[in-house]
Amino acid sequence: MVIEHALRARIDAEISRFPERRGGLLGALHRVQQELGSVSLEASLELAEIFEVFPVEIQELVRFYNLFHDTPRGRYPVNVCTGLPCALRGANELLRRLAAHLGVRVGDTTADGRICLGREECLGACANSPMMRIGDRYHEDLDFERARDILDALE
Amino acid sequence: MHRAPHITGYLTEHCEDDAYATLAGFRERGGYATAEQVLCRQSPQQVIDTLRESGLQGRGGAGFGTGQKWSFMPEREAERPHYLVCNADESEPGSFKDRLLMERAPHLLLEGILIAAFTIRAEKTFLYVRGEYGEAFRSLERAIEEARQGGVFGQRSLGSAFAHEVVLVRGAGAYICGEETALLESLEGKRGMPRLKPPYPAECGAFGMPTTVNNVETLCHVPHIVEKGVAWFRSFGTEESPGTTLFGVSGHIERPGLYELPLGTPLDEIVFEHAGGVPNGRKLKAVIPGGVSMAVLPAGQLDVPMTNEFLRERQTGLGTGGVIVMDDTTCMVRTACVISHFFRDESCGQCTQCREGTGWINRIVQRIERGGGRLEDLAILKDLCGTLEGQTVCAFADAAAWPVRALLRHFVQDFQSHIFEARCPFPGSFEL
Repeated sequence: MVIEHALRARIDAEISRFPERRGGLLGALHRVQQELGSVSLEASLELAEIFEVFPVEIQELVRFYNLFHDTPRGRYPVNVCTGLPCALRGANELLRRLAAHLGVRVGDTTADGRICLGREECLGACANSPMMRIGDRYHEDLDFERARDILDALE
Repeated sequence: MHRAPHITGYLTEHCEDDAYATLAGFRERGGYATAEQVLCRQSPQQVIDTLRESGLQGRGGAGFGTGQKWSFMPEREAERPHYLVCNADESEPGSFKDRLLMERAPHLLLEGILIAAFTIRAEKTFLYVRGEYGEAFRSLERAIEEARQGGVFGQRSLGSAFAHEVVLVRGAGAYICGEETALLESLEGKRGMPRLKPPYPAECGAFGMPTTVNNVETLCHVPHIVEKGVAWFRSFGTEESPGTTLFGVSGHIERPGLYELPLGTPLDEIVFEHAGGVPNGRKLKAVIPGGVSMAVLPAGQLDVPMTNEFLRERQTGLGTGGVIVMDDTTCMVRTACVISHFFRDESCGQCTQCREGTGWINRIVQRIERGGGRLEDLAILKDLCGTLEGQTVCAFADAAAWPVRALLRHFVQDFQSHIFEARCPFPGSFEL
């Protein structure tokens, strides 16, 4: 079992906020991913039982929503925004240079498992572009040197 | 953290003030007094009348009349609870106004929610925040907890007989969930695939119950309108489009940021006077007036008041007020590549035209950009746009077609020169 007692209690708390059990599913997926690093097949099967749905319905959600994934990413998921306002201000150049600096392709994780470098389209920080999101934090008004230093400081 | 607007108005005047995000600070500046007055002394019908007379249009992109939307809610039946849903899934590229309001004025939003919920007789509000907005989520989490402990919400909200609860929900990264029925599906723990309408949410919304969906900024206007009155609100903006709004200016612009200005402010005034024009001695090439779903305008067509009634004459719209500025280095085929890639990625896949068409458009413009364009591509692109428009469950496909059609309408020479020269003739343009 991957969903242990404490995590299960938090999932039940999510469920209790909605008029129907299934309403708590997005919140449960957030909790599972936060605790376990991804929504693995095992976690999907257990969630399916908790929510009384088919396992494939859990996996459909994981694939539909960009923020969920079924395999672990690096310790620090780094996403450079490449929506139009950021692209106009050099976001793709920033992304290319960061990928070269880390020695990865966009979408891949560094060999030491530290950083997964990706892209997202519009994070709602258009006036402070280029920018990147590391986990839950925004880093705005970047140039390559600043962004590189931020990544290098991650453990 | 979000920067304060360059120009503030009634929505944003306290946004630089950290205390305004706390319950005590908000109350000190008169906060929750209007909601208290409404909950204790007014009837829902009075509030609907005020909102209708005010002419407030929704600020989430569609511009529907808020008072009218509230009036669609049925009478309250015993077994059918009503719900308010606050759409805080701001994801339109070029749009970043709701994020500021949530991070810096969370109690203003909660006061608007309380008035709206009372008016539509809702027992719960589901506040659905875009998953990427971590700071906005935490700000709202704190504000809701403080408000609950301070008696703003609960069995006797603000000391009235009105029971209400706010449920904060975190999205998970899907642009389509900004479409109201997709948001409802997501709220129910499903993939965000829009529903066929009718039935409309007022009849069958969240969990099958009568529901109203309102945008963050829309709800933030409500306490001000109810407090200061219809005549005051109508002193801003135009007859058809009253009030201020938050214009977000981005791209090739001297002073990017938010500007709270009356609706009807001319686009050229926003771009050149307020935001300082195009930097680095470059010239302006084009402006998208309302986020990437809206049609682009060439530099010569900026003498237009920013409201839907005027922008419609230029075949575009206000959208979410996201003004994206492009200078004369900009390659419009690359612009088409970025925009169409976004829609290709974000199509929910439910309707064939959209699922296949958005990818097809993107592949064609990418091929043109790389020098492999053919003259017949332009006719195919127009034809594909026609296949998308008005043919699907929701307006996403229209939003995917509209910008491409406009780029072809105003900048067809950019496309043609790519095809004739078999390469991109704008080497100095932004990188793809």
